[in-house]
Amino acid sequence: MSFIKKHEKLEKNSILLLIGIIITVLIGGLVEIIPLFRMETVIEPVKGVRPYTPLELAGYNIYIREGCYNCHSQQIRPLRDEVARYGHYSLAAESMYDHPFQWGSKRTGPDLARVGGKYSDDWHVAHLKNPRDVVPESIMPSYSFLARNGAKIDDLDQHLRTLRLVGVPYTDEMIENAEKDAIAQANGEAKMDISGLTQRYGENVNARDFDGQPNLVSEMDALVAYLQVLGTMVDFKATEEVEEAAP
Amino acid sequence: MSAQAVTEHQEYNYHVIRLFTLATVFWGIVGFLVGLLIALQLAFPELNFEPYLTFGRLRPLHTSAVIFAFGGNALFATSYFIVQRTCQTRLWNDGLAMFTFWGYQLVIVMAGLGYVLGVTQGKEYAEPEWYVDIWLTIVWVAYLLVYLGTVMKRKEPHLYVANWFYLAFIITVAVLHLGNGLSIPVSWTGTKSYTVFGGVQSAMIQWWYGHNAVGFFLTAGFLGMMYYFVPKRAERPVYSYRLSILHFWSLIFIYIWAGPHHLHYTALPDWAQTLGMTFSIMLWMPSWGGMINGVMTLSGAWHKLREDPVLRFMIIALAFYGMSTFEGPLMSIKSVNSLSHYTDWTIGHVHSGALGWVGFISFGALYSMVPVLWGRERLYSMKLVNLHLWVATIGIVLYIAAMWVSGIMQGLMWRDYNEMGFLEYSFVESVMAMHPFYLIRALGGALYIVGALIMAYNFYRTIKGDVCEKEYQTDGVLKGAVA
Repeated sequence: MSFIKKHEKLEKNSILLLIGIIITVLIGGLVEIIPLFRMETVIEPVKGVRPYTPLELAGYNIYIREGCYNCHSQQIRPLRDEVARYGHYSLAAESMYDHPFQWGSKRTGPDLARVGGKYSDDWHVAHLKNPRDVVPESIMPSYSFLARNGAKIDDLDQHLRTLRLVGVPYTDEMIENAEKDAIAQANGEAKMDISGLTQRYGENVNARDFDGQPNLVSEMDALVAYLQVLGTMVDFKATEEVEEAAP
Repeated sequence: MSAQAVTEHQEYNYHVIRLFTLATVFWGIVGFLVGLLIALQLAFPELNFEPYLTFGRLRPLHTSAVIFAFGGNALFATSYFIVQRTCQTRLWNDGLAMFTFWGYQLVIVMAGLGYVLGVTQGKEYAEPEWYVDIWLTIVWVAYLLVYLGTVMKRKEPHLYVANWFYLAFIITVAVLHLGNGLSIPVSWTGTKSYTVFGGVQSAMIQWWYGHNAVGFFLTAGFLGMMYYFVPKRAERPVYSYRLSILHFWSLIFIYIWAGPHHLHYTALPDWAQTLGMTFSIMLWMPSWGGMINGVMTLSGAWHKLREDPVLRFMIIALAFYGMSTFEGPLMSIKSVNSLSHYTDWTIGHVHSGALGWVGFISFGALYSMVPVLWGRERLYSMKLVNLHLWVATIGIVLYIAAMWVSGIMQGLMWRDYNEMGFLEYSFVESVMAMHPFYLIRALGGALYIVGALIMAYNFYRTIKGDVCEKEYQTDGVLKGAVA
């Protein structure tokens, strides 16, 4: 009965018990979490992943605000059927600038990790306004108000600055031009000079009037811009060619 | 509340517990109703009302209302009740205890309003934004102080086992909340903030938090409840003192490691997934240690199950606890998880734990506490307790059976191939197949709410001082068995 005798000490001294509990519950978390901060072993570097443009970031925040993650995952598992249905399995690098991650835990709707480029802007706009217009059996809520609401873009520089504090590599130039870049991306080359935007975020940035309302940078513009970039940053063709060339 | 009724226990602070008890019943019904609404939204999408009342905004409202508002208030109420009675002393600092009540209700209201208005951090079960997080931290420190203050001035030399669990719950939830809540506001006058951690790290830290919200909020705390009310109600000592020591320390040690099983086959490093799975399977043992200790406390008093529907609530709660803590380790095995993850099976698993274990042990505790808190000799009606028990049990069975079938079906449809080697079903075909099960699930949830309303009525009459004359003879003894 010696172990019960020893335990008596803890039962009679609540502070000792409290300290015992704290030590016991800290161990597992420390062992599992701390090694993840050695980035080089956790995130395989891939070409193409960049921070979101200001407009895409506004869309990411709308995605979170509306709780899209409650029904849509953004994490394709390396299983045969998932790769067939959704595309290449998700890489750690692809979500490294998401604060927080949007991997999700439930698929009431399909995975969205690689939804970018799969459907047209018009399809997304129609689908978000009333999902049943394009997918009659859908059970997704309607989000028609997104097309009516102007996106809040005048404080995007502050958002970029905050994200830089937590490690997202936004430059001073990106922060200074945040609002301008958002407007440029929602209008596109046909109507505006987008050279600053492409110079800062790359030639592949989708810049166009996503929602078909030329006079308004709407929340719909922002969300569709975000959806259209999901899973498109990594050039898998180039990666595969390199892998195939290797013996 | 009549003054003469409380004189018996004047040394205890029951006032604040009465408030927490009423809040538990109120938020419970609110949380269950929101749950029913979102269940119906999945069956009938027309029930989404943009922009405020869509599934995406209401689902966090449901989870927060049932876990933190219903469960949280139940934990406050029972912990203050148990710590006073087992330490034989009055709650330390009435003012601070009252602050924890109003402070905590403010957390709930601020968080809930935020979700509906679209203010959220987007981390499951940790959605409230930075300003709510800071306020919750203050309230939680006050809670720890009241609890520890009471424990320190106890008249009993030994700290009873229920208090170990409550202490582990309070302190670990604080650690988890602080760790996962780290974020930087975009501006001090705005609601939006960005989480310090990104990508893989944020995923791991979120599920370290998320899984232990289950482990410490919904398990350790409610085990504390079980360790007091089951022996009390059965009028037997706890089955094994040695087992309670063993399973307490192993439970709190192992739980913390289990988080990565929410991230199987993701971009989280493989070693972390394997660790998470291994510890999840090990977790089966201490979980069942608690169940066995609770159920076996009835040895020699099994006949009480026939007579006391309140005790029946608690034993069924333990049965659900045993079942879902077996199902959990099973689902954490990677090959099982590859089928179950992202499907309704997870929802069914959570609800067998939440409705069966957390809900039923809380109902049992509430039925035990209410007459004592309001100085009544007995509940208004035992028959209504029994009715609540069966209506709610049928509700749970419908709920979890529907989710098992739909979840496993979903998982199988997603991975089904035809003879040509193509995927057999489009995604939306799997959505259509869920419809009948979403209806059955909603029906199960509705029954659970009916049960809770019966309980609320029973409490209303009890607090008013009524006794159902038909059920009791003049000497106050229960007429026959109520089963």
